[in-house]
Amino acid sequence: MKVKVDGLRFSYNGKSVLKDLDLPVREGEFLGLVGPNGSGKTTLLKNIGGVLEPDNGTVYLDGEEIPRIPIKEIATKVAALQQETTVGFDFTVREVVEMGRFPHLDRFERHSDGDLRAVERAIDVTDLRDFTDRYVNQLSGGEKQRVFLALALAQEPDLLLLDEPTASLDINYQIKIMETVKSLQSEGLTVVAAIHDLNLAAQYADRVALLCDGSVKIIGDPPEVLTRENIAEVFGVEVEVENSEAKGTIHIFPKTDSFRTREVK
Amino acid sequence: MNRAKPKVTFLVLFVLLGFALLAGVAIGPVGIPFGKSLLILTNELPWLNFSGLPGNFQTIVFDLRLPRVFTGLLVGGSLALSGTVMQGIFRNPLATPYILGVASGGSAGAATVVVLGFTSNFALPIGALIGALAAVTVVYRISWSRGSSSSYTLILAGVALSSLFSAITTALIFVAGPYQQHRVLFWMMGGLWRSSWTLFKILLPIVTVGAGIIFAWSRDLNALALGESAAAHLGVKPETVKKTLLGLATAITAVSVAAAGSIGFVGLVIPHIMRMILGPDHRILLPAAALGGGVFLVYTDVMAKTIMQPVEMPVGVITAFFGAPFFLYLLRKKIVGGRMR
Repeated sequence: MKVKVDGLRFSYNGKSVLKDLDLPVREGEFLGLVGPNGSGKTTLLKNIGGVLEPDNGTVYLDGEEIPRIPIKEIATKVAALQQETTVGFDFTVREVVEMGRFPHLDRFERHSDGDLRAVERAIDVTDLRDFTDRYVNQLSGGEKQRVFLALALAQEPDLLLLDEPTASLDINYQIKIMETVKSLQSEGLTVVAAIHDLNLAAQYADRVALLCDGSVKIIGDPPEVLTRENIAEVFGVEVEVENSEAKGTIHIFPKTDSFRTREVK
Repeated sequence: MNRAKPKVTFLVLFVLLGFALLAGVAIGPVGIPFGKSLLILTNELPWLNFSGLPGNFQTIVFDLRLPRVFTGLLVGGSLALSGTVMQGIFRNPLATPYILGVASGGSAGAATVVVLGFTSNFALPIGALIGALAAVTVVYRISWSRGSSSSYTLILAGVALSSLFSAITTALIFVAGPYQQHRVLFWMMGGLWRSSWTLFKILLPIVTVGAGIIFAWSRDLNALALGESAAAHLGVKPETVKKTLLGLATAITAVSVAAAGSIGFVGLVIPHIMRMILGPDHRILLPAAALGGGVFLVYTDVMAKTIMQPVEMPVGVITAFFGAPFFLYLLRKKIVGGRMR
């Protein structure tokens, strides 16, 4: 899905969060959103998903303005994975994944074979086959996050919005989630992901947009955006960027005194 | 996972409903043998016609006990359904139908009517209804700003307004005469003795329509269990769901309170029991809670009528007497099990 964010302005209780933000998302790409806390990544994602209503400006999904698309129809094309979702009651994994079919169903409609196939596929892709009858509330953080990824995939979206999906997960689950998303991208899914970890963003994103204070400072290939100068300016941190040509990726290390201090101790 | 099959559960509930119907008409100050009760009831079926049934028994069954059983079903069902909705929307196991001030508003309304000296049959229910609706209207007006509201604001506003209305009720009881005091207290304890076919006919359309629309929104309520933001990403408008369902749940609670006073614990405990048996899927849970609540209230009402014969206990005492210990048991079980939700 092609997305165009045009002059988006948004404020929470008078505090301006997005300031005339423009952002083009190409069809089928993995776009990483990076930027300091409070730079507006989450708010931007919620606006793209049609969950928040902007003060000004427009989001176009495949050329169509969001306010003209009913929220239920948006949910058939756009799915989201938040950093953390809490389930109010003892729903099982399967029950939660089945909720992904909600936007595709009328009020009294039952699940069709097609709906159930989408659910089964989401369960398989996220490797949850052995968990379907477990209570979501009893799973670990990493397992839970896979459940909510499966829920999003059961929606059969064209666009997947990820908001720090792996921020609280250990490295094993981090990679599992990102690899799953990456493989779905190769099947045509467009991905927009807010990612804290600059190395993770550099590794998985085709392009990276650097957000600063409610607008996009620069957008482009990871090595082009994640430079020493840009990171110093936006995050206020001195880093070293190592270009590993062989792997086609970059590595970012913070320059700190910690090593030296440890030796002194 | 060890949940009961919905079909089996509903079958059991319907069997219990059948027995409740029979017990409700057979048991009372004048005992009517079960066999006779069954005959009297089935005699109404067009293709059956038994002769020689005692006329006074028929009068007791049709004019006194049957309307009371049906009213009990509606009131109990409404309270349990409303409690399930409140717990679902607030994602809080402690939510009750009265959380937004319906009961204390109703009590204040009823007390006002009594103190003002109205004595007609319908003065109390009408006063209670006005009080209940006034209370929740104020709560909603305070909490809903610019089209949205936080659950915390709603709950806190409900708690605050409940204590205000309780204070008003207490003040009214304080200034009232002994007879009026008795009437107010009697009303507040909650009971089904005011039941009649007229009352039932007023309740029936309101409860059926309210419950019907609530059932139709059960999937939205499921989505809301994931939080408002996740629900919105599933195409659910959280504010619309909250407004619709809270409005309907409040309405059926208000008419129940008007009809039978503030009967406690049905709306808290029945949703929990049903959720434990069937799981949290509201498509199954909501109708099961409604049915379970209705049946529970009919049985407790039978006990209320018989436990201290010839005096009739307020059914609210019985529901609390069984409901409270059971709820404590649930609480303890959850803490011991290591998960407190």
